[in-house]
Amino acid sequence: MGMKKNYWRRRHLMELFMKTLMRISLVGAAASLGLILWTVVARGLPALTWDMVTQSPKGGFYMGKEGGVLNAIIGSLYLALGGTLLAMLFSLPIALYLKTYLGSSKWGQYVRLSLDVLWGIPSIVYGAFGFTIMIAIGMRASLLAGIIVLALVELPIMVRAMDEVIRRMPADLEQAALALGSTRFEVAMRVVTRQMLPGIVTAILLAFGRGIGDAASVLFTAGYTDRIVTSLMRPTASLPLAVFFQLGSPFPEVQQRGYASALILTIIVLAVSFGSRWLASRLNKYTIK
Amino acid sequence: MSQSEPILTLENTEGRTTRPSVAPRIRQDQRAQRIFFVITLLPVFLIVVVTIALLVRAWPILQAFPLTDLLFGTVWKPSEKMFGFGPFILGTLWVTVVGVGVAVPPCLLAAIYLAEYAHASTRSFTKPVLDLLAAIPPVVYGVWGLLAIVPFVEDVLAPLAKRWLGGVPFLAVNQPTGFSILAGGIVLAVMIAPLVISVVYEIFLTVPNDLRHASLAVGSTQWQTIRNVVLPQVTPGIVAAVVLGASRAFGETIAVLIVVGNVPQVPTSIFDSAYPLPALIANNYGDMMSIPLYDSALMGAALVLLVVILIFNILSTLVLQRMLRRKWA
Amino acid sequence: MDTHIQVKNLNVYYGKQQALKNVNIEIPKKQITVIMGPSGCGKTTLLKSFNRFLELTDGTQITGEVLVDGQNIYDREVDVTEVRKTVGLLAQRPSPLPMSIYDNVVYGMHIHKMKKDRKEYKAAVRHYLEIAGLWDEVGKRLHDPATGLSIGQQQRLCLARGLAVEPEIILGDEPTSALDPISSQNIEARLLDLKQQYTTVIVTHTLRQAKRLADHVIYMYMGEVIEAGPAKEVFTNPKHERTRQYLEGLF
Repeated sequence: MGMKKNYWRRRHLMELFMKTLMRISLVGAAASLGLILWTVVARGLPALTWDMVTQSPKGGFYMGKEGGVLNAIIGSLYLALGGTLLAMLFSLPIALYLKTYLGSSKWGQYVRLSLDVLWGIPSIVYGAFGFTIMIAIGMRASLLAGIIVLALVELPIMVRAMDEVIRRMPADLEQAALALGSTRFEVAMRVVTRQMLPGIVTAILLAFGRGIGDAASVLFTAGYTDRIVTSLMRPTASLPLAVFFQLGSPFPEVQQRGYASALILTIIVLAVSFGSRWLASRLNKYTIK
Repeated sequence: MSQSEPILTLENTEGRTTRPSVAPRIRQDQRAQRIFFVITLLPVFLIVVVTIALLVRAWPILQAFPLTDLLFGTVWKPSEKMFGFGPFILGTLWVTVVGVGVAVPPCLLAAIYLAEYAHASTRSFTKPVLDLLAAIPPVVYGVWGLLAIVPFVEDVLAPLAKRWLGGVPFLAVNQPTGFSILAGGIVLAVMIAPLVISVVYEIFLTVPNDLRHASLAVGSTQWQTIRNVVLPQVTPGIVAAVVLGASRAFGETIAVLIVVGNVPQVPTSIFDSAYPLPALIANNYGDMMSIPLYDSALMGAALVLLVVILIFNILSTLVLQRMLRRKWA
Repeated sequence: MDTHIQVKNLNVYYGKQQALKNVNIEIPKKQITVIMGPSGCGKTTLLKSFNRFLELTDGTQITGEVLVDGQNIYDREVDVTEVRKTVGLLAQRPSPLPMSIYDNVVYGMHIHKMKKDRKEYKAAVRHYLEIAGLWDEVGKRLHDPATGLSIGQQQRLCLARGLAVEPEIILGDEPTSALDPISSQNIEARLLDLKQQYTTVIVTHTLRQAKRLADHVIYMYMGEVIEAGPAKEVFTNPKHERTRQYLEGLF
């Protein structure tokens, strides 16, 4: 019986060809991450000095003289922290309401659709929107304005990520709690929140990572300054914009510092990403599988 | 809303409202429910509010010029009251199309490999890589594009195209630098890759294994199975994923801005510079207040961006929600 | 007795769990062999080792040999698609492909480029639908979607699709368990008709079906073959205590 494999048959050649193409594509996608990190490290590391992360710009910084981007680092941390906290305030109730009250009803579908659509709105549009509102109420570019707009950018990311984990919660757990006479609110607060803690933490850190890296939304709203921000109503520098402005400089030293700033931003974002992974795996111990 | 019904039944059937602790708890539940409900409406309202706010600010320019002049006009001279979005809209379209064109074939193949061939170990290795790729900030993509992709286009791709593809439309090399639509497209392709791969992957998982087995059982190869049985099932989802990726590319600002050259011209080749809409908004926010109608024009640009993206997004999300419901149900 | 499939020292592991323990059996040519035993005993695993479907699950390990006409199908140089063409499978739940009735039957023939032109394909479709006893019901609407058929019709369609690639062996993984009694009878009747031309191996968990169909019986328990032999002998005079208990319905 002819069961021996003939590799030269068309369909086997096709199989081999497609599989090879697919492997190359996947390796390519993974390799691009390596390429990006390599480029940023190789070009950013030489200019990354201790001064960069401990000092604010001094006179002549933008001509290649002394100083660092501490103002931008601090500013970005404030912006992202504030934005994340504000977004949390709204996204946790939305995610819980979606789970405990709406489920997969029609209303649930609408809310999820609108969240997905919000998620897709580019941050430059949020920035422009924030700017129009600021003009309307006579507000200047400030840390607070930046925080509010970042919260808008982060909200859909956070809710979608929370919703993804929360809807994977075993139904019998919720039912058991309801059967014991808990109200839905109590179920939401005690059972869902606790069970889904790792997922919720991951969602929050995911949004934080997005927020700290976003440039287009804070461009209009948070402004830029060389001093470390001390008040919610004052403008603040941010790391992505620091990178962006330094890249545009004609001085090679300043451009180099732009690469170094990009490296700092990358390190922060990667740290948040790995941190959330680690935290989620720690917290996982306290939930029912 | 019908959400209050379960609570009523709880009171009625159990009849235990006399127990001291129950009534306040139920009141707490109802109050929480009302607050939750209002907060949940927030995203729906937000879309409307953003659109209206931009519309209000863009109103003066929409009043001053007919819409067709704005959308198709090719001269942009705000100081002379000429506001043609044409070059910018075309620039955005070119960059988006090139980005999606570069991204889609490899992303599809990679997603199919993950869904159909890869072992669990490969999958668990790939997911964090894609997550990290998605986590890298746009401005860092921009730095990468500036340092790696622009020189690559300038020193490798453009000379190659000049040498071998001289007469091919859309591939002519008209400028000496690598700050080009192609550079923007390549950067965008990598940026949207994690999204496209993961959505397509999820879509493939919705196809029941029974179908694959039915095809394999008559002796077809895995590729024949994918080609003849799986792909026809997931085509709408793939289209939706591509549209989703396109809408992401359409609105990307900083990364593209850094590598695309920002020359307000009607592009004729992927090696030309272009000036996409988001870049226009981002670059001019500072001096727009001094010239009449300028800020209104920029908000109009943001409105155009928003409307296009809303349409793309709503369509693709509706398709994807329908396809993925099977999995979530 | 002419042996068609011979299993030698077959061990199958899903991860760390052993699903088949040192199985050695022979399956006779052009007869119906029924594999029976309590659920989870490894019947389906044994069946799916015959068309190499086990390797579709991640983390499956297989040692030993399965010889079809003397050729070990797990041999490195063997073409798995040829194995599956030779060894057809009728699944537990009918799984019509999401295409027309015609395209379903023609699917495997196209894959293997078995016919020359449209006319030959058309004739073949009619032939196999007749064998499956479906022609009278669907002959006039061949281009309707297959998913619109009743579940019993779907299973007969799957039979026609499997037969169309001209296999020598038919595997049935509880092929009637999802069907109503009348459709089940119909499938059983087909299988009895076909046994002159095909070696048939059926997994079932209903003893009565086993008695109706079997020429040859394999009784399994906890991943081991407890007893194998001609149906008459096993049913009337089981050698093994466990087989006797099973036949008496003790578990």
